[in-house]
Amino acid sequence: MASLDDLKKRIASVKSTQKITKAMKMVAAAKLRRAQESAEKGRPYSEKMNNIILNLSNGISDKENAPKLLSGSGDDKVHLCVVMTSDRGLCGGFNSNIIKKAKSYFAKLTENGKELKIITVGSKGNDQLKRAYGDKIIANISFKESKHANYFDAEKVGRIVIEKFSAEEFDVCTIFYNQFKNVITQIPQAQQIIPLNVENSEKDKPEDNYEFEPDEDEILSNLLPKNISTQIFKAMLENSASEQGSRMSAMDNATRNAGEMVDKLTIEYNRSRQAAITKELIEIISGAESL
Amino acid sequence: MSEEFKIEIVNPDKSFLSKEDVTEVVVPAFEGEMGILRDHISIISFLKPGIITIQAKSGEEKYYVEDGIIEFKNNNLSVLTSSILNLKDIEKNKLQDLVKIAEEEANKTDISDELKYLADQKVETLKSLN
Repeated sequence: MASLDDLKKRIASVKSTQKITKAMKMVAAAKLRRAQESAEKGRPYSEKMNNIILNLSNGISDKENAPKLLSGSGDDKVHLCVVMTSDRGLCGGFNSNIIKKAKSYFAKLTENGKELKIITVGSKGNDQLKRAYGDKIIANISFKESKHANYFDAEKVGRIVIEKFSAEEFDVCTIFYNQFKNVITQIPQAQQIIPLNVENSEKDKPEDNYEFEPDEDEILSNLLPKNISTQIFKAMLENSASEQGSRMSAMDNATRNAGEMVDKLTIEYNRSRQAAITKELIEIISGAESL
Repeated sequence: MSEEFKIEIVNPDKSFLSKEDVTEVVVPAFEGEMGILRDHISIISFLKPGIITIQAKSGEEKYYVEDGIIEFKNNNLSVLTSSILNLKDIEKNKLQDLVKIAEEEANKTDISDELKYLADQKVETLKSLN
């Protein structure tokens, strides 16, 4: 059995760990509120954008000559996957969930003989993917310096994606991120952004009789690159809310576990203290008896 | 009959402005300035760098935008833009910085005609503010 001193030290160390996790939980809770707020505030923009694009793509007369970002390059060979993760660890299954989702998608692609290219956003995803898919990663972007998800960063990623698309480096682009549902649940998502999936929103009644100035094609080709940045920005916002939520519940669990451990160790400490006292008493008594 | 309609300006990260008592808005649409009054036909267009002027019952406001999309429908005007500044809030030296950046952009030779046009517009607008 460990000595009394060792136990005391262990209790102290678990307690200080508990303090850290508790603090991290509270910080995450505060950040979560802010992230959630900005995710909600960002929603109108992407919704309106979607709506306009929906209206535009319905109004387009010549589907054959639609902008490539909408209709795709006509091929389906090279897939670009943008995997968006966090820059910091200690957030439970947040990063692993995205990676798991991405890896199963990668496996499916390779099975079907498609070529795979990866862009990682966030250093944690890069760390986890570079072992298995190191040669496939063409870029790694990290926004460690920026405190909040901001549109400027999203635009940077968007620009890279569009550049590579215009250089015909890939045909299909999918982004991976965690959708924030609530503090406990985050759903890893795979969303295709090039070519744009208009069908799934078709049920929102398309409204016609819009006037377009200049014509639909021109507006679309101006709008679609923006939409890509917007989608990426939306993913970033969802991701940052999810990250904080996930970290909060992970740290909550850690704090609780540390508490349990302290209890267990304290009981053990008391037992061995009593055992030592009893032992000493026996020694004294038997010493007195032998006289 | 009332002559007012609603305007909403949204940024990617927040709702920038929302007003219900607007009587006239002039936006720098890509093919020229466009004035919008109540009961305008439903329209979608995009913006070039310029000034948005909002006439409302509560007064006139002016904003500088670099890009954006507008949608007008059922007397609701939505402006989606990632770069917008209230003219009242722009300071002189900030303006100078913006002019400098815009001029650099406009003086690049390796950009497409469309980008060049946009950059020139930016310089022009910013200089007119000086």
